Amino acid sequence: MFDFLEGYNLWEAFWTTVQLTVLSAVGSLIWGTLLAAMRVGPVPLMRGFGTAYVNIVRNIPLTVIILFTSLGLNQTFGVELGSDVTDTTNFRLAVLGLIAYTSAFVCEALRSGINTVPVGQAEAARALGLNFTQVLTLVVLPQAFRSVVGPLANVLIALTKNTTVAAAIGVAEAALLMKEMIENEAQLVLISAVFAFGFVCLTLPTGLILGWVSKKVAVKR
Amino acid sequence: MKLRRVTAASAAVLALAVAATACGSDDKDDSSSSSSGGGDKKITIGIKFDQPGIGQKTPDGYTGFDVDVATYVAKQLGYDEDQIQWKEAKSADRETMLQRGDVDFIAASYSINDERAAKVDFAGPYLLAHQDVLVRADDKDIKSPEDLNSKKLCSVAGSTSAQNVKDKLAPKAQLQQYQTYSQCLTGLQSGAIDALTTDDSILAGYASQASFKGKFKLGGFKMTNENYGIGVKKGSDLKAKIDTALEKMVSDKSWDKAVEANFGPAGYENEPAPKIGNVVK
Repeated sequence: MFDFLEGYNLWEAFWTTVQLTVLSAVGSLIWGTLLAAMRVGPVPLMRGFGTAYVNIVRNIPLTVIILFTSLGLNQTFGVELGSDVTDTTNFRLAVLGLIAYTSAFVCEALRSGINTVPVGQAEAARALGLNFTQVLTLVVLPQAFRSVVGPLANVLIALTKNTTVAAAIGVAEAALLMKEMIENEAQLVLISAVFAFGFVCLTLPTGLILGWVSKKVAVKR
Repeated sequence: MKLRRVTAASAAVLALAVAATACGSDDKDDSSSSSSGGGDKKITIGIKFDQPGIGQKTPDGYTGFDVDVATYVAKQLGYDEDQIQWKEAKSADRETMLQRGDVDFIAASYSINDERAAKVDFAGPYLLAHQDVLVRADDKDIKSPEDLNSKKLCSVAGSTSAQNVKDKLAPKAQLQQYQTYSQCLTGLQSGAIDALTTDDSILAGYASQASFKGKFKLGGFKMTNENYGIGVKKGSDLKAKIDTALEKMVSDKSWDKAVEANFGPAGYENEPAPKIGNVVK
């Protein structure tokens, strides 16, 4: 029944999916945190930039962003991201696009976490003479992160599935292999089921583990 | 209590929706199954909507070689042009559409191969195409398929042409894959991509588009044989009728006219019309 799987490297395709997910997750966590810091910061220009970035980027379809990195940045402006091998360039472009998109959601999740920290905490820290960066990094963000593990897990699961959009610019991940197999094997339903199962295998443990972590680290108030 | 009422209401809405869609699909089934009788009934034909020269949906209707062939065949089966319902047949959906009976036949750059022939029946072939490359008109480096090995190639993700390049024709070439061939053309124009590869008939269609005239040329390498057939449901009696219609199309020269009209401007040297049932491996 599953003999159509022969001759295809499913592991390699899903490994690329995992790599895309992990690299984009790390990147968007960093960039998203910076954006959140800008949005709650005291400098109007930075607040404006953060707000504009989040509201523009999260309202553009991901396909458009990913296609722009390739057709716009790469094909038209010649950006190669330090590699003249097409596959590597495409992979990096996809990670770039995914970071740009996902960080908007990370930023908003984190900002809601910052709002859960009682304002007295920040005021007390200010009263002790800490400056903005110190208040944020030493007092507010550690508590904020602990309360948004759940929402961030949501973003991570969405990101895992969003990596399939990278197939649009030819990154050899799971969705691209699926297209290839459907083209060759004429087994639409079974092939789709196999790939759906693969993604569930990736995302279900993510959700369970992070759900457990979220309970473990939540700040009891 | 209130919650239950809401649940009941939404269940009712759901049931209605299901019933409505069920009715809808029933209607469709009726029209397509009874359409084989002819007369004032409709015939549903699957074509490509996005391939210039082959099958393209334009504001003024449908154009392309597949469309011309399908129109001719439909006429021979007893349907006028206004009795044809065109339906988009994406590459991945073609077998399923025929098996479900969504369409009566499919003429959508449908190359005959063993896997597909096991699922559906093919009438024809009506065109022998070859995998080829499209390069910039001023390109002088690419003279043979071997020259592609150091070049950047573009094709559609997952397509047979893309897989051929990776596995056989030019394993060392760098392959950029996109969703559609039009996206490849951006890079081909700017020089980020050196060649676009797929069936020569499709490439000729792109090169013949008004906005690209004179910018691209075909390599003329004939790297594979693609026999375009008309797909029908397995065991359908349409196969024999379509074969007869295709034979007539070739003998009364309508076939040559259709080729000239759709591929002519690209300087595409087409193969002579293939004999029915003669699949060139």
